[in-house]
Amino acid sequence: MTPIHEPLSEEAAARLVQVAALSRSSLAIRGGGTRGLNAAPDGADILSTRGLTGIVAYNPAEMTMTARAGTPLEVVEAALTENRQMLAFEPCDLRGALGSSGIPTIGGVFATNASGPRRFVAGAARDSLLGVRFVNGKGEVVKAGGRVMKNVTGLDLAKVLAGSHGSLALMTEVTFRVLPVPETAVTIVVSNLNDAEAVAAMATAMSMSVEVSGAAHLPESVRGRFAGGVLPDGAATVLRLEGLAASVAVRAEKLAATMASFGPVARLDADLTARLWREVRDAAPYADGTPRPLWRVSVAPTAGHQLVAALRLETGVDAYYDWQGGLVWLRMEADPEAALLRRYVKAIGGGHATLLRARPEVMAATETFEPQADAVAALSARVKASFDPAGLYVSPLIDRKQGA
Amino acid sequence: MDQIGFLEPRPAVIARRREIVADLLDLLPPGCLVHEPRELVPFETDAFVSYRRLPLAVALPETTAQVAAVLKYCNRYGVPVVPRGAGTSLSGGAIPQEDAVVIGLSKMSRILEVDYANRTATVQAGVTNLNISDAVSADGYFYAPDPSSQLACTIGGNIGMNSGGAHCLKYGVTTNNLLGAKLVLIDGTIVDLGGKGLDAGGLDLLGLVCGGEGQLGIVTEATVRLIAKPEGARPVLFGFDTSEEAGACVADVIGAGIIPVAIEFMDKPAIEICEAFAHAGYPMDVEALLIVEVEGSEAEMDAMLASIIEIAGRHGVKVVKESQSATEAALIWKGRKSAFGATGRIADYICMDGTVPLGQLPHVLRGTAEIVAKYGLRVANVFHAGDGNMHPLILFNANDPEDAARAEAAGNDILRLCVDAGGCLTGEHGVGIEKRDLMRHQYAEVDLDQQMAVRAAFDAQWLLNPSKVFPLEGRPAA
Repeated sequence: MTPIHEPLSEEAAARLVQVAALSRSSLAIRGGGTRGLNAAPDGADILSTRGLTGIVAYNPAEMTMTARAGTPLEVVEAALTENRQMLAFEPCDLRGALGSSGIPTIGGVFATNASGPRRFVAGAARDSLLGVRFVNGKGEVVKAGGRVMKNVTGLDLAKVLAGSHGSLALMTEVTFRVLPVPETAVTIVVSNLNDAEAVAAMATAMSMSVEVSGAAHLPESVRGRFAGGVLPDGAATVLRLEGLAASVAVRAEKLAATMASFGPVARLDADLTARLWREVRDAAPYADGTPRPLWRVSVAPTAGHQLVAALRLETGVDAYYDWQGGLVWLRMEADPEAALLRRYVKAIGGGHATLLRARPEVMAATETFEPQADAVAALSARVKASFDPAGLYVSPLIDRKQGA
Repeated sequence: MDQIGFLEPRPAVIARRREIVADLLDLLPPGCLVHEPRELVPFETDAFVSYRRLPLAVALPETTAQVAAVLKYCNRYGVPVVPRGAGTSLSGGAIPQEDAVVIGLSKMSRILEVDYANRTATVQAGVTNLNISDAVSADGYFYAPDPSSQLACTIGGNIGMNSGGAHCLKYGVTTNNLLGAKLVLIDGTIVDLGGKGLDAGGLDLLGLVCGGEGQLGIVTEATVRLIAKPEGARPVLFGFDTSEEAGACVADVIGAGIIPVAIEFMDKPAIEICEAFAHAGYPMDVEALLIVEVEGSEAEMDAMLASIIEIAGRHGVKVVKESQSATEAALIWKGRKSAFGATGRIADYICMDGTVPLGQLPHVLRGTAEIVAKYGLRVANVFHAGDGNMHPLILFNANDPEDAARAEAAGNDILRLCVDAGGCLTGEHGVGIEKRDLMRHQYAEVDLDQQMAVRAAFDAQWLLNPSKVFPLEGRPAA
């Protein structure tokens, strides 16, 4: 059994890391354990944030919250909902797709930079993260950033900690921006577009003054698995509008009129809209109970469908698109085809592919994260060493073999 | 009050000045190196004009490869480097010193690509902020961060300082609108970070570089997000009898879940200065003014304004004035954006940039007035109220050294007040040299040590913009 440490306070966590540093052991940081990625590698102990819980401060009028890293996401969201506020970046819940259990934590959300369909207008998790307290690899408790919206005082360490997947430090407390929940939302559905047509339609929608807050394309192969099967026949290109009711009504008219030149247009009400975009966010069609390889690929919005078209000629794939086409949720029929996929990602202008799911032996044999160019990898290794000189924290994001 | 110090110029570099100039002349095409002392004068300071130091030389490269060659040379011979965009830094971020080679990006000012389908622009670092919006405006797009200096300041400088602006309340600051960058490291290595996708793999190094104040490398190209222009925008003026009422109104508007695109605050001295300059039609019989801009369709603007007017009513608003035309709207913004320049016509001033939690605005405004009165000085407040980013302009007479010292001391007291209220030293202008020696008031030693360790991962010899950001004492040995 891999030893699991669950410090109950920041000070206890710091002491634990100091001891680990002395004994030169390795620690794999775990939040809710929902990603299934953090099976600790050989010889590493698990350092869990489960004992670091609780909302430390929440001032709705200032639109900021501070919470300890292990606070369950549902606790954070319940407090926000009470005040009609939300995490604007829509963190995804991949438990269904990954077949994992566990309780998502707010620290895990920021450590993975989990960001959903509102990416265009609300940014990613990293854009909402205002401040962090963390324990670096020397066992020092450090704070970075603060609790105000605008802050350029010194290096923006919160940015590099967001999405660092436990490779740099143990985040113990996060302060983040929250936003009011929009009064209402509607989805415009354009049916029967092929991938390329859909990308053109989404680009047109995003070029309009209607503030689209979600743009996804759900090909025919997955369409029926969204919104309880109520989407019209054929592929569905879906566009979300949010805001004050009076404004949404006007914008929806305008958008629907323009989209009618691309294909048949339908609308979803606020309840179906909420359900649909949650499913888009969570890769719901691939919550299929199988270990077939699942990738999350981020590329330029116009490049996503080109990538999928190229792959289709060589292997069995199924895919749908968020972020106007730039975020591709990709399920392989058999082999993950990492080399092929990553070659094509480069060929269409670059981006990155993350393997989220596969049989354990396949996961172990595949690089989870996109390998970086040599100079970037060397720089990243130096940045890691500046937080964690002894390489105490192990994470698949930074391969220890690349160490400086 | 002591003057802000710089690092001692490295004698070995000063001694080799002629050789260094000769070597740099070899590395660069003709006309790309400034080294005659007389010609170096325009580069001796930036918009933080109280401090001036002549650089050793100024390189004005035309390509990324030339930037790399100069950096590689400086790294090899231990020559400090000060990156420079348009020299509009308000915190002294671009002020050089005698042993430093300035690398100015002014010759790299081309827009390389505009990609509407992906809504990105890829530009060289010397392109001005406003040039980007101007280039795409006719097609219905804009680049969101809009510092007041946007006519002059460059995107490279914006990235260095993670610049903000009036419209950041809704659209975010530079770091939220930056997708990719070509970065030259101090050893001459060229790395590409990010791209046209909305997120990048690996560690978020771009997030560190943005706001790195030119200490992590030199950005030569950037890919930024373009946003479709709103259907309409309408600035509305709200006049109040007291600054406290105006401050409380801002907190309540945001607290009610209404996020206008901008909420700007001016107190009476600022109103008078700006009105005299821009004739924007600001009400003159109020103590505090809010410029609230809403945008969207007519229906959306009407609905939002109705809610804001209702909240303002609860705080005793005295005047509500909507702009009746595009010309009037433009004048309202002209007045606001020329606030610093207009102030400069009537007095010397230093501009603070602390940010505080919204609920603390009335408290900090009161405290600011008390501090300035204690030093026998005057202050004009004009700032981004929606995100708590304050800009007290402390007026003084630069020809009177004692007056100048009092202004600097008052400014430092105000920044300490901001930090103690739960805020920070600088919201958008950067630390530079101006706030460097106050960093320990905001950060503990261990916090600064961590930042300096990250900095050293990019520049182990501390050659890039070395006198800035981190207090000079207590630095790690290079």
